[in-house]
Amino acid sequence: MSLQFLTYLVVGATFALYIGIAIWSRAGSTSDFYVAGGGVHPVVNGMATAADWMSAASFISMAGLIAYMGYGGALFLMGWTGGYVLMATMLAPYLRKFGRFTVPAFFADRYYSKSAAAMAVICLLVASITYIIGQMTGVGVAFSRFLGVSNEMGIYIGMGIVFCYAVFGGMKGITYTQVAQYCVLMSAYVIPAIFISFQLTGVPIPQLGLGASLVGEDVTLLAKLNQVVTELGFSEYTTQVPGSKLNMFVYTISLMIGTAGLPHVIIRFFTVPTVADARYSAGWALVFIAIVYTTAPAVAAMARLNLHATVSPEVNTGAPLIAQGAGLVYEDRPDWMKRWEVTGLLAWTDKNNDGKIQYYNDKSQAIAAQAQAAGWNGNELSVNNDIIVLANPEIALLPNWVIALVAAGGVAAALSTAAGLLLAISSAISHDLLKKIFMPDLDEKKELLAGKISMAGAIVVAGYLGLNPPGFAAGTVALAFGIAACSIFPALMMGIFNKNMCKYGAIWGMAVGLIVTLFYVFAHKGIFFIKGTEFLGLIGGANSFFGITPEAFGAIGAALNFLTAYIVSKVTPPPPEHIQHMVEDVRTPRGSKAAVGGH
Amino acid sequence: MEEQGKAYWFATLKLIGGILVVWAVVSYGFGIIFAGPLNNIHVGGYPFGFWWAQQGSIYVFIALIFVYAKLQGQIDVKFNVNEE
Repeated sequence: MSLQFLTYLVVGATFALYIGIAIWSRAGSTSDFYVAGGGVHPVVNGMATAADWMSAASFISMAGLIAYMGYGGALFLMGWTGGYVLMATMLAPYLRKFGRFTVPAFFADRYYSKSAAAMAVICLLVASITYIIGQMTGVGVAFSRFLGVSNEMGIYIGMGIVFCYAVFGGMKGITYTQVAQYCVLMSAYVIPAIFISFQLTGVPIPQLGLGASLVGEDVTLLAKLNQVVTELGFSEYTTQVPGSKLNMFVYTISLMIGTAGLPHVIIRFFTVPTVADARYSAGWALVFIAIVYTTAPAVAAMARLNLHATVSPEVNTGAPLIAQGAGLVYEDRPDWMKRWEVTGLLAWTDKNNDGKIQYYNDKSQAIAAQAQAAGWNGNELSVNNDIIVLANPEIALLPNWVIALVAAGGVAAALSTAAGLLLAISSAISHDLLKKIFMPDLDEKKELLAGKISMAGAIVVAGYLGLNPPGFAAGTVALAFGIAACSIFPALMMGIFNKNMCKYGAIWGMAVGLIVTLFYVFAHKGIFFIKGTEFLGLIGGANSFFGITPEAFGAIGAALNFLTAYIVSKVTPPPPEHIQHMVEDVRTPRGSKAAVGGH
Repeated sequence: MEEQGKAYWFATLKLIGGILVVWAVVSYGFGIIFAGPLNNIHVGGYPFGFWWAQQGSIYVFIALIFVYAKLQGQIDVKFNVNEE
């Protein structure tokens, strides 16, 4: 069977499964549509949350980023998992007790103000829409790389599949498809890792293989990798830091509180029956996420070593890596390199005309003289990070069915996250805007219809943005975390933990957090990411705030949000008596009921 | 009742505080601030600071959530505010 046919077969089978689930789990009420009827088992919800959470970026790009960043890549691993501890202890159980359908509904009641709710809707829409663009382009990438169809066709197919189960099934359809998608994406991630770990170290568990010694050698994988990359002029793998330790620290905080504040993840915890279930469910979600996230650093280090060993055969012989005549003869390169050259993710230019590939860090002063003496004229190979996961099975010479499975996994990761985001968007529109603000006398049937129509509308908008990605698409996922971190998380947390937090404090806090964060981000990336409108001069140069990068700045925005809210709440009237009682009620589990929409 | 409510909330905050101290120590402490010195120790082939940052902290996070869920459940029962 050819690889192409096998891939069609595996991806087609997963699609049939998703649509089958969609037919089985149609939504009959608004409660089904928004919170899957409120009866999802905590382990099932944990699995669905994991699929919801792990996006195309997690699946395709994260290991590549870690391979390139080394130790510093841990900021993604810790940031995107540590947020669940915050979610479990500070938000999920209390918001579950509160018992509404959406995140803005909490703002509306707790801060007794339509402006607070409207502000929450805006933050939610900006965060979710920026995030979904990345998912749609991810669907396109996965389809075009593996199925040989065009990017556009891939996005149309993806939209069609999501339409089937998200519009008719709402949260109910999404939840059960996400369970299936989790199983697909997890096995697609872990199976190649097991093979590769076994090939390199003889240990079939990647989490242990990463620390193990190489087969037939008396040196650990990490020590060997450190030696190879430093000899080639790159930073030492196990100690390299992005920018500074302070930046890594702040970046990790931003990702953690951003994770806890992302609405499409929070609403998943409204689907479980009880407050105690919400706590355990967060734990289960992290178990399922961790299976992939603890595998990722192993994939990263092993793929990096494999890549260097492929283009510098001297890695295996022990000869000096930078020397006259070192490097792989281009004509002898393996087939996977030829295949990926076609996509442009891998490119070679023979700078010194010796017909051999020299892959090293030509910016490093330490090896410059050595490279010159060897007749090397600069780095000749450019490698896109995404290759680390996408080409991994080919680099390790795994059977074709594993490659087909990776294709299905990439598509599953993108579709499951897109569906979760679409639900957050459509419920904000039909429930928070239509029902709560513009048309309060909407009955349940009509609201359900409105929910389905806004879901369909959101799919079309997301598809359009995926087909015509705005120039700023690349920077947007980081922005989604920044917004969730600087606006949504602090306001939710203070709403629960500070009884005296009033609407003025919350609104001003969110406004200051958001404005300062956007100001710093736009200074680096342009106003609304439009090229040429950067204003770095105004803030005194790039990363001028203690060397903090714009992606890491959400934590600073959040700190300002907390500070502003606290000061404003001290000089403005406290919240009314009944709000303070409401907060006391939210803090205790007894009396929890399934989530309901109205008052 | 008022006193009971305050005591319940105090016990809850104490638990969350304890959980978050461990959370911060393993990730920001072992994984970032003290990663350098810890890397001099090798455990299972891993430099120890690197292991905390890329593996260990995640395992501890999972344990923390389940410990929290269990202990908070006990506090709920003790103050008679658990779900029936």
